[in-house]
Amino acid sequence: MDKKILEIQQIKREFRMGTEIVRALKGVSFDVFAGEFVTIMGSSGSGKTTLLNILGCLDKPTEGNYLLDGVNIGQLSRNELARLRNRKIGFVFQAYNLLPRTSALENVELPLFYNMEISHEDRRKKAIHALEAVKLAERMDHTPSQLSGGQQQRVAIARALVNEPVMILADEATGNLDTRTSYEIMALMQELNREQGKTIVFVTHEPDIAAFSSRTVMLRDGKVVKDTKNENVRSAKEALAALPVSDDY
Amino acid sequence: MNVLNLLRIAFKALLRNKLRAFLTMLGIIIGVAAVIAMVAIGQGSKESIQSQLSSMGSNMITILPSSNVAGGARLGGTSVNTLTIDDVKAIRKQAENVSAVSPAANSSGQAINGALNWPTTIYGVSPSYLDIRKWALKDGIPFSDEDVRASAKVCLLGQTVVTNLFPNGDNPIGKIIRFNNIPFQVIGVLEAKGQSSFGQDQDDAIIAPYTTVQKRILASIYFRTIYASAVSESASDAATDEITSILRKQHRLRSSDEDDFQVRTMAELISALSSTSNLLTILLTAIAGISLVIGGIGIMNIMYVSVTERTREIGLRMSIGARGIDILMQFLIEAIMISITGGIIGVILGISSAKLITIFLSWPTLVSESSIVLSFLVCAATGVFFGYYPAQKASRLDPIEALRYE
Repeated sequence: MDKKILEIQQIKREFRMGTEIVRALKGVSFDVFAGEFVTIMGSSGSGKTTLLNILGCLDKPTEGNYLLDGVNIGQLSRNELARLRNRKIGFVFQAYNLLPRTSALENVELPLFYNMEISHEDRRKKAIHALEAVKLAERMDHTPSQLSGGQQQRVAIARALVNEPVMILADEATGNLDTRTSYEIMALMQELNREQGKTIVFVTHEPDIAAFSSRTVMLRDGKVVKDTKNENVRSAKEALAALPVSDDY
Repeated sequence: MNVLNLLRIAFKALLRNKLRAFLTMLGIIIGVAAVIAMVAIGQGSKESIQSQLSSMGSNMITILPSSNVAGGARLGGTSVNTLTIDDVKAIRKQAENVSAVSPAANSSGQAINGALNWPTTIYGVSPSYLDIRKWALKDGIPFSDEDVRASAKVCLLGQTVVTNLFPNGDNPIGKIIRFNNIPFQVIGVLEAKGQSSFGQDQDDAIIAPYTTVQKRILASIYFRTIYASAVSESASDAATDEITSILRKQHRLRSSDEDDFQVRTMAELISALSSTSNLLTILLTAIAGISLVIGGIGIMNIMYVSVTERTREIGLRMSIGARGIDILMQFLIEAIMISITGGIIGVILGISSAKLITIFLSWPTLVSESSIVLSFLVCAATGVFFGYYPAQKASRLDPIEALRYE
């Protein structure tokens, strides 16, 4: 099979809350291969946010190993983690997290500002390219307030793509959007996954959204309870077409 | 992360909030402008005092009659007559540190030229007076020792007297004017000397041989003042001591007697006046400096608000690869940019207000480069000092919590 992008081996994460120790993850193991579209599902309290933070190199496991693209993050310093996030991960958040009063293009350029190896011209070229990939090239001068929710999320996806990461990590990326726009975003995700071979890890609690992915990892109480391949992936494009054309009234 | 990128990031962040950046700058702008303008006023007044004093002759020594005790009552200096021509001659002959001496007997009165008249003062002096006062002739010739000996009725006119007695630009040389009904022939016109530091018009004067003034106007053998010139500015103290001992001998004072004269040098006046204006400069600068510190506190306050308000932005930047140092530098550079931009505007504002003060209030001002450089450095330091703590707070945020901050 393909190269392993993520190797998660018996990860445990404990938090100290006063005198009590909360065990958010109690030994989670799974691998993600290049080109997969994985959804991580679970209700609140299942440890999915903790796992997401570890996958995104924002947090380290208390026990166990996490290898991102062959690098074990357990031994890395804060600065090395920052560098890893900059080069290997593209984040997409529920609340978009775009800089206000800043054009779409500049928002997309942002991660490249923290990469010294990229010149001014390259930065601009890559950002325009990423905006083209999410079909927003003609709106690159718009600020977030001039864009709809779906468009803002597409700018955020372009920002996640711009540094050519090994994995896109989406955190409830459709949580703030209506059904139609959610499907549009999922159609875009599927397209990036299929046509450009991007590895996507999508954290969500909506089973509806999970149906669009090729694999689902289900968490409950800090443990993996189900890890299934999705045999018949639902096409977001078709789902979109099946929606009533207009629900205006 | 390179410096250019940091500058770009900080600049863009400031542009996103122009009004707030400007309001924060305002404290610095006012502080710097105040420092520059205040120092300019202080320096300007000091400079003008010093240039006036040196134009008066900084090695000049003035000898005045002093208070005297007569029958238990102390008499004021001006009412005492102790200085005579013998004193002048003794100083001229004996004092080695004195290069020139001139007595001065003055009287006020009315100067008349035909139908025009003007109230002024006549100064009876010897020819060396012009050297001592560093006063040049604009036209004509000075009077000579021969004129003094002959009590010649010749005079030199100050500019103010010329303007008032010869208003149509007539050449006064050779003309006869009358002072207290005594005719004088004008043989020279003096250069304009302007106001003294006490606001007195020095050009409102007629200068004549002292013998003429003493005999024909005052009918007195005493002088109001003796002017002397030390060989150099540094010799003025030695010259003062010499003059004191010569005059004590001249006046036959016993060692228990007080001096019946006073010897004053310009050095005393210079140091007295410049210490006053130094004090003024220090006071003004201190006040202006306080306003600069307040400006700095304003920066700190706003940077704190900014860090709190932009917690999510900080979280985002960290999640896409910004290190702690990148965030620290971003906020520090923002603070420095605010303070330096404020500093530049403040310098411009300070210089122009100093100019306006000179134009509208006609106060002398002098914008010194050192005050510009200094306030600029203080500005940058203010930015670093007051920007560091908020920036450090920002750089230590936990990205996970920062991203979820509401």
